[in-house]
Amino acid sequence: MSRSVPALESVRDGEGPNPPYIHPDYVSTRLRGPKRPLLLLPHTRSELTGPVFGHESVGELDHDLTRQHDGEPLGERIIVSGRVLDSAGRPVPSALIEIWQANAAGRYHHEVDRHPAPLDPNFTGAGRCLTDDSGNYRFVTVKPGAYPWRNHPNAWRPAHIHLSIFGRAFTNRLVTQMYFPGDPLFEFDPIFQSVRDPKARELLICQFELETTEPEWALGYHFDIVLGGPAETPMET
Amino acid sequence: MRTPSQTVGPFFSIGLLEHSASEISEVGIVVTGRVLDGAGEPVPDAMVEIWQADEDGRYLPDFGWGRSGCDDDGRFSFVTRKPGGVDGQAPHLMVLTFARGLLKPVLTRMYFPDEEQANAEDPVLSAVGDPSTLIARAGDGRLEFDIRLQGEDETVFFAV
Repeated sequence: MSRSVPALESVRDGEGPNPPYIHPDYVSTRLRGPKRPLLLLPHTRSELTGPVFGHESVGELDHDLTRQHDGEPLGERIIVSGRVLDSAGRPVPSALIEIWQANAAGRYHHEVDRHPAPLDPNFTGAGRCLTDDSGNYRFVTVKPGAYPWRNHPNAWRPAHIHLSIFGRAFTNRLVTQMYFPGDPLFEFDPIFQSVRDPKARELLICQFELETTEPEWALGYHFDIVLGGPAETPMET
Repeated sequence: MRTPSQTVGPFFSIGLLEHSASEISEVGIVVTGRVLDGAGEPVPDAMVEIWQADEDGRYLPDFGWGRSGCDDDGRFSFVTRKPGGVDGQAPHLMVLTFARGLLKPVLTRMYFPDEEQANAEDPVLSAVGDPSTLIARAGDGRLEFDIRLQGEDETVFFAV
């Protein structure tokens, strides 16, 4: 190196609301989670910018997982809505949200899923949408079922919907899982429990909402998403 | 408080890879590599996203993002154009990897092997101790960049 530069500050993993990389109860983390300290990047434009997705990247019905096939999927029809906020509490407009989930029987439309529960020919379980100017989003889907996995004997995942979100910056990227209130499987699930702070775990659970429940049609659940990372002024375009 | 991260799990392809975008540019350089676990085994259920500037070092809203799944060998692949330097830094890609078994993604940067001088002066590369895991290898008409999640030669990963 041509000059000597002070080393980047290192960060201890597992501080804050995020789970640590190594959470031995979730067996797959043991060989896949990094063990060295993370180094803190300066905030250059590489950290403060990110892709912008336009309306052309989302189809008109992409937010409605119950209308992707000829017939309607089986299960409890639900509406999941909420807001995407940055770490300063400001709404994030035009944030791309992608979701995927099991069907009402707890089976994914995926070749790797061997759970002997029925596939639903009318349900793929994937959707996407953009937040509006106030950071609001809305999906229509069916409530996913719980399903078994092989992490430990008699292991079952609580019902959940996977969400992937793009904030203003690439470093705001978040992939998480939204759970449903009162699930008896929470205490046995090492993925949910990998979040150590009980208050942070609460943020992964949506709330039933009568206001967004549509009479004679679908139950409403509310789920706000707060992004982390640098939250500078929106990128000039 | 921020919403905590959770793993993408094993089934993310139905939601995320229908919209993969591994071709950032029709012609350009091939950037490829493998995601490997602490035993050196490939991680097929991983997904890699990149974010980069254009040739002039400008970040544009509609250029420079890519997403690739991994094959059975843990291999991802992009076609892109080499970015220019940004804010006095050597040309680099931001690289974010998601996988089953990763409760949150790992963030790293890929630098270019033909930028010796700029790399030596880069404020991040010159401040990480051993920068070797962050510089791609020039291969057969392509750049190779492995992402080693754990182990002796674990890739340098960053926080922001």
